[in-house]
Amino acid sequence: MNRFAELLDLLSYEPGRNNKLRLIADYLRHTPDPERGWALAALTGALSFQHAKAGMIRALIAERTDPVLFDLSYDYVGDLSETVALMWPASIPPLKGEGGREAAGWGHVANSDSGPPPGSLRPPRSPASGGGISAPTLTSVVETLSTLGKAQLPAQIARWLDTLDETGRWALLKLVTGGLRIGVSARLAKTAAASLGNKEPDDVEILWPGLTPPYLELFAWLEGRGDKPSSRDPAPFRPPMLAHAVDDSDFTALVADDYMAEWKWDGIRVQAVSGRDEHGDVVARLYSRTGEDISKSFPDLLEALRLPAAIDGELLIMMRDRRVQSFNVLQQRLNRKAVTPKLCAEFPAHLRAYDLLAEGDDDLRDLPFAERRDRLEAFIAKLNDPRVDLSPLVSFTTWAELTAARADPASAGASADAEAVEGVMLKRRDAAYVPGRPKGPWWKWKRDPMIIDAVLMYAQRGHGKRSSYYSDYTFGVWSKAESGDELVPVGKAYFGFTDEELIQIDRFVRRNTIDRFGPVREVTHEPSQGLVLEVAFEGLQRSTRHKSGIAMRFPRISRLRWDKPPREADRLETLEKMLSKIEAGRAA
Amino acid sequence: MRPEDILVPTPSGVCCKPGGFHIDPTRPVAKALITHGHSDHARAGHGAVLATQETLDIMRLRYGDGFAGTTQAVRYGETLDLDGVRVSFHPAGHVLGSAQILVDKDGLRLVASGDYKDVPDPTCAPFETVQCDVFITEATFGLPVFRHHDAAGEIGKLLHSVALFPERAHLVGAYSLGKAQRVMAMLRAAGYDKPIYLHGAMETITRYYQSRGIDLGEVELVRGAKKSELAGTITICPPSAMGDLWSRRFPDPVAAFASGWMRVRARARQRGITLPLVISDHADWDGLTATIVATGASEVWVTHGQEDALVHWSRSKGLKARPLDIVGYGDEEEADVVADADEGLTVPSPLAGEGQGGGSS
Repeated sequence: MNRFAELLDLLSYEPGRNNKLRLIADYLRHTPDPERGWALAALTGALSFQHAKAGMIRALIAERTDPVLFDLSYDYVGDLSETVALMWPASIPPLKGEGGREAAGWGHVANSDSGPPPGSLRPPRSPASGGGISAPTLTSVVETLSTLGKAQLPAQIARWLDTLDETGRWALLKLVTGGLRIGVSARLAKTAAASLGNKEPDDVEILWPGLTPPYLELFAWLEGRGDKPSSRDPAPFRPPMLAHAVDDSDFTALVADDYMAEWKWDGIRVQAVSGRDEHGDVVARLYSRTGEDISKSFPDLLEALRLPAAIDGELLIMMRDRRVQSFNVLQQRLNRKAVTPKLCAEFPAHLRAYDLLAEGDDDLRDLPFAERRDRLEAFIAKLNDPRVDLSPLVSFTTWAELTAARADPASAGASADAEAVEGVMLKRRDAAYVPGRPKGPWWKWKRDPMIIDAVLMYAQRGHGKRSSYYSDYTFGVWSKAESGDELVPVGKAYFGFTDEELIQIDRFVRRNTIDRFGPVREVTHEPSQGLVLEVAFEGLQRSTRHKSGIAMRFPRISRLRWDKPPREADRLETLEKMLSKIEAGRAA
Repeated sequence: MRPEDILVPTPSGVCCKPGGFHIDPTRPVAKALITHGHSDHARAGHGAVLATQETLDIMRLRYGDGFAGTTQAVRYGETLDLDGVRVSFHPAGHVLGSAQILVDKDGLRLVASGDYKDVPDPTCAPFETVQCDVFITEATFGLPVFRHHDAAGEIGKLLHSVALFPERAHLVGAYSLGKAQRVMAMLRAAGYDKPIYLHGAMETITRYYQSRGIDLGEVELVRGAKKSELAGTITICPPSAMGDLWSRRFPDPVAAFASGWMRVRARARQRGITLPLVISDHADWDGLTATIVATGASEVWVTHGQEDALVHWSRSKGLKARPLDIVGYGDEEEADVVADADEGLTVPSPLAGEGQGGGSS
């Protein structure tokens, strides 16, 4: 567990993909079976056991710490696992007679005679793992968790925490609560494993669905000690092709005739794959863009994938009236633990197809896009399922025509679904389907965002990476009130700014706080004093939840207007005008 | 007599009215007693300054000869009488020359500890517990999540990384006064005997440490070194230099930062640190609470840092406790940036000046 914890610790700080690969490969190379196999399972999300709930971890720490100190600490650190890992009382006994003292906070230093005698220094404290009880291996943690009853879980976790140091405790808590979140995708971990035997990541990817932890067969093959594991995945993931964002300047070099255009839908890019296993049964899977298997979350869509094929498309929510819903609605279906029939009926999943990568046993990826498109259209017609439809092409002959279509998707064929259009995609007619992000064959051309100037009113400390920084901002625009103009909050944004700007805003917040409500600070927002934020957003909707009656879609901070006095920020009427325009467009 | 009759906390520092002096004032005053040389505590422009010889030397190196009207050096343990107030300086273990100041009037003893740490540091005199009635403590790491552990283990982590990535340079961010020299001395203690490279902004202070007999081994300025020579080496630099153009002279640098803040992961990530080293020149939570107990003080005044938690803890132990609202401490990093000018730094780190992030540690 300690080596695995060290690996997670190093990975969590390392931004570079190649360095991450090196760290994982180094770990896998120098760690014996089955320990490394369980580590690979943890990194690829292949472990399944009863996860500990946050509430249980809270209860464990509550028994051991002062609640006020815990709250202050959690507010500061911003991450429950980390706070608990750092605050957990160390179990090593005090070094009596050596000027030592108990190495813990609340409840331990109370006996004042345990402090060091005057004039002496505290000796360095070694990590808690030296306390005589050895730290558990990852293997024993995983094996214990898979058999342990729910009632025994808290005591077992507490025993483990007692034997681990800060990093070990942090890693254990990440593991048992089921969220490593260290910026390593399953794909990256598999790539590192593949590198042990100088194999391509796809060689491992294709075998993967037939493998089970701790992957003894896989490592034996990679290290040249055994045969290639003999499983053929009937529904493999194929690395997707991605597009570059197009700039106005790019168009001068592009010939309109070479390209076809289609709407870029605001859902989740997925790959829907189905095939037949050795018994002739249909195996269907839904993959995210990164190759994560998200089938479990969308059983309703899986049913529709009856014919063997691999479709590249967009996952959307489509209601019975055949209208595509906004991304906000789609979010109702994401990250749900239980996918109930009620949820599926309320927010039906839908696949809008862009491309066909394989049909039956035919790999179509080397065909030109125009040909694949013909095959796709024929395939969707044959499949004939209401949950899968074709993403329509946008017809154009000149860039000017496409510009007009992009500006007004509703009248260019997207009609009632125009709100779910994020922009247009340009694809070269003669381009093969190439994994990765090759420059030239595909371009994405997003719609221009709407922009207003608003005034920062409240700021809240972030969590995770942003902890201890005021990074969530509530902003307002001017509106007429009985006593003159006042600011009404119209939205909240927590990204769009650079790290440097975050620090500047954080500093502004700390220096201009006029009131505090728990983790929230109210900042100065007078006509002549305050911070104006340029806010970009993708759309507006009426809302009863906001005092202003308006909700923004996808708001983010696009610029800091230190130069602008708050009185020159926008007014609510401006937003209302924008909204009326959108509504008029929808009705048309 | 109440303690407040002897020392009054004001927004610009603690003032001793009967003795006619301030301790670590953040604005110019007639007579200042200075705990240590970090620029948030030791400012230029006072009429008279009383401090340890090292602190006076450091102030002179930083501000030039005219940093104060007059100066007087005081030895650790020496007692002076200032208008009926007895004053003495005691080692604080923070940086070279750092002191706690004991103020004693008619037997009522108050200790202003400045910044302190209660763990060994090869570059300064060890912290000494001073019995008192009122203990004025810092609270830079005044939350129970801050546990600094053994700094030698962190040096081991650095050396392991150097061995693992021999083709890369290791940059270790460290505050110019104190931390930089402590890291160098600890590397030597761990057996590292190659030259240690140094950012130009740290040269003066480092040479001063060496002149006081602190062995740092072979220390070279990085300025003249070629990129290829820097593979596999360790360079100590101000934290603010790591994101700067300056760092481009290194081959694929590993960004390390030696600071107590590195205990909290988000803080390391926010700064783009990939090798956080939990090495602090301030007491951690365990050190703060143990020290409070050891002083025997019945009353605790808490300044700069996480006052709330330490005040709460003190009260829960039956001690009288209050936060002091003194502004201006914790700006050591800002001063570091100013000092970096000779290395071509122009943009100060925006983190500087915030109590939570800019403090020396």
